[in-house]
Amino acid sequence: MGLKIIVLAKQVPDTRNVGKDAMKADGTVNRAALPAIFNPEDLNALEQALRLKDKYPGTTVTLLTMGPGRAADVIREGLFRGADDGILLTDRAFAGSDTLATSYAISCAIRKIAKYDLIIAGRQAIDGDTAQVGPQVAEKLGIPQVTYGEEIFSVEKGKVSMKRRLERGVETVECPVPAVVTINSSASSCRPRNARLVQKYKHAQTITERQNQAEDYIDLTNDRPYLNIPEWSVNDIESDLQMLGLSGSPTKVKQIENVVFQAKESRKIQANDQEIEDLVKELIANHTIG
Amino acid sequence: MDNIFVICEIEDGKVADVSLELLTKGRSLANQLNCKLEALALGHKLKGIEDQIYPYGADVVHVGDDKRLEPYTTLPFTSIIVELFKKEKPQIALLGATTMGRDLGPRVSSALQSGLTADCTSLEIGDHEDKKAKKTYKNLLYQIRPAFGGNIVATIINPDCRPQMATVREGVMKKEIFSKTQKGALKTIDVGAILKPEDTVVKVIERHIEKNRVNIKNSSIIISGGYGMASKENFSVLYELAEVLGGEVGASRAAVDAGFADHDRQVGQTGVTVRPKLYIACGISGQIQHTAGMEESSMVIAINNDPGAPINKIADYVITGDVMDIIPKLIKSYKKNSK
Ligand SMILES: Cc1cc2nc3c(=O)[nH]c(=O)nc-3n(C[C@H](O)[C@H](O)[C@H](O)COP(=O)(O)OP(=O)(O)OC[C@H]3O[C@@H](n4cnc5c(N)ncnc54)[C@H](O)[C@@H]3O)c2cc1C
Ligand SMILES: Nc1ncnc2c1ncn2[C@@H]1O[C@H](COP(=O)(O)O)[C@@H](O)[C@H]1O
Repeated sequence: MGLKIIVLAKQVPDTRNVGKDAMKADGTVNRAALPAIFNPEDLNALEQALRLKDKYPGTTVTLLTMGPGRAADVIREGLFRGADDGILLTDRAFAGSDTLATSYAISCAIRKIAKYDLIIAGRQAIDGDTAQVGPQVAEKLGIPQVTYGEEIFSVEKGKVSMKRRLERGVETVECPVPAVVTINSSASSCRPRNARLVQKYKHAQTITERQNQAEDYIDLTNDRPYLNIPEWSVNDIESDLQMLGLSGSPTKVKQIENVVFQAKESRKIQANDQEIEDLVKELIANHTIG
Repeated sequence: MDNIFVICEIEDGKVADVSLELLTKGRSLANQLNCKLEALALGHKLKGIEDQIYPYGADVVHVGDDKRLEPYTTLPFTSIIVELFKKEKPQIALLGATTMGRDLGPRVSSALQSGLTADCTSLEIGDHEDKKAKKTYKNLLYQIRPAFGGNIVATIINPDCRPQMATVREGVMKKEIFSKTQKGALKTIDVGAILKPEDTVVKVIERHIEKNRVNIKNSSIIISGGYGMASKENFSVLYELAEVLGGEVGASRAAVDAGFADHDRQVGQTGVTVRPKLYIACGISGQIQHTAGMEESSMVIAINNDPGAPINKIADYVITGDVMDIIPKLIKSYKKNSK
């Protein structure tokens, strides 16, 4: 008997490679210069799901992502690597969501999916580094959570058994399913794209994407329904509008400041023996060292 | 009502440094807001734990002592805190941005539908004017944190929801005894009355916690290496320099990611924040995420072969050249001159 696994994946700007061109002359972030990527730890999460799929025949892995239309890329990427299907949760009503409003929307979508054994998320998304959405989704669904996961050993007899990597050690825990687990970057990296799956899914698109290309999608998806990436809007989930988007977000950004370096008066030391020795003597004399 | 709560983390009967740092911060915020500082200690065999907490300025210590609270698991802690907060209605709640705090904080905030800001680097009190709603909020908690990979600093507020929750990493705030003779009120939580069987469904089967991790935070001299050190082997000159100077070795994230040094040694936004007397940055470019964790060092020496490296802008002394050439020179001249 296979498992039903939902993987939460987010499309994020690649903040790890913020080069000089990613900051505009006025010091603000040039979002356009940052490529949008599959959040790195969500790839670790996907790999854990795919391993369970390898282990337990009949298991299905569904990606769930909330974001703008282009976040469909995340779902395609997941399909290329072995996920079975994916859902894009997208609506203007979600704009401005903080982590709480995001987890509310995601939990409503999960309720609609209804049947699941395990929800696997990344530990945190690199755009905000908050690590909140996983636990908040678990709370909203009223199910237990295990965070900082490094390896899922098994899901058997109604329990997930897994290893957690904490800041100062490791823990093995058992938790009844359904549950939310979050996965660290210290877990195995995700398997690469599979050429056969890339062939199969390269034309997988949302309806909006097909409409934008004025494509005759009806025929295509009749024929090969797996090429249709379902898009869910607010109308497709049961939710309280007040809990979504800006109104559902208790945290507000009051102010954003760009980071500017306060240049210090620095002294240049030549890399020769004499100047280095003078520096060391000076540091000893003023009790910085010694 | 309206007090400040610090959720303390306890390991082996000792209150964690990060919690004491938060108590110190909480005390100064409480003075500013003219409210009380309350601490919460949950765990097992906690007798006398309040005496570790009072000196940092707590007016009230709530203790919940039960064997189901050790080791930490999410659900029983959440149930107790949610229950307590519904009753006490704190205006602010602070937690360490540890694996425990970052597991517990979001669960509690979701249950109370209150905002939580992760990994704050500064907490201040201030007002806010909502121009659209024509409403002024007095004395909000400004939760200040780097965002967008550290390229911007954002001030986050929770105007309407309480408590205003924030997590802070270890070493970011300063820990300071408020008064050795401070005594507060001890309140016992009736854990048995709160916990339900479904709170204890997650079982910790095995647990290995390392006791002696390196703690570079308390070192007054830190020699840090970056990606420019090029290899783990080259890091040995840093250990040698640290040894002769009586310091510790730190590292940038790029060096840690490359396997040159352990994560315990990482300085910066996602590592530790350090304020040593002397910080020597070797082969570190000085990206903002790194400097966020060391810019309060009293003195910075930058060794980099790129004269335009950003680290040079915050350094007191700039040595331009190859680290593997310069560090042995420093060691040699220190040995020669130190006696
Ligand atoms: C969310 C987030 C959190 C982060 N948190 C942290 C953090 O906590 N700590 C952290 O450090 N980084 C952090 N980073 C990463 C940070 O942005 C930088 O990528 C990192 O600090 C760069 O490390 P580095 O300076 O060692 O490497 P590089 O940027 O590659 O710099 C290497 C330097 O070495 C110099 N060099 C090369 N060879 C030599 C030589 N032979 N002699 C002398 N100099 C030489 C080069 O000129 C260069 O300046 C974070 C990033 C993100 C997105
Ligand atoms: N918009 C989103 N869509 C899908 N998953 C998300 C979204 N936001 C966050 N997540 C999941 O929650 C994890 C933690 O995110 P964060 O709390 O933003 O650090 C991520 O690694 C994802 O697995």
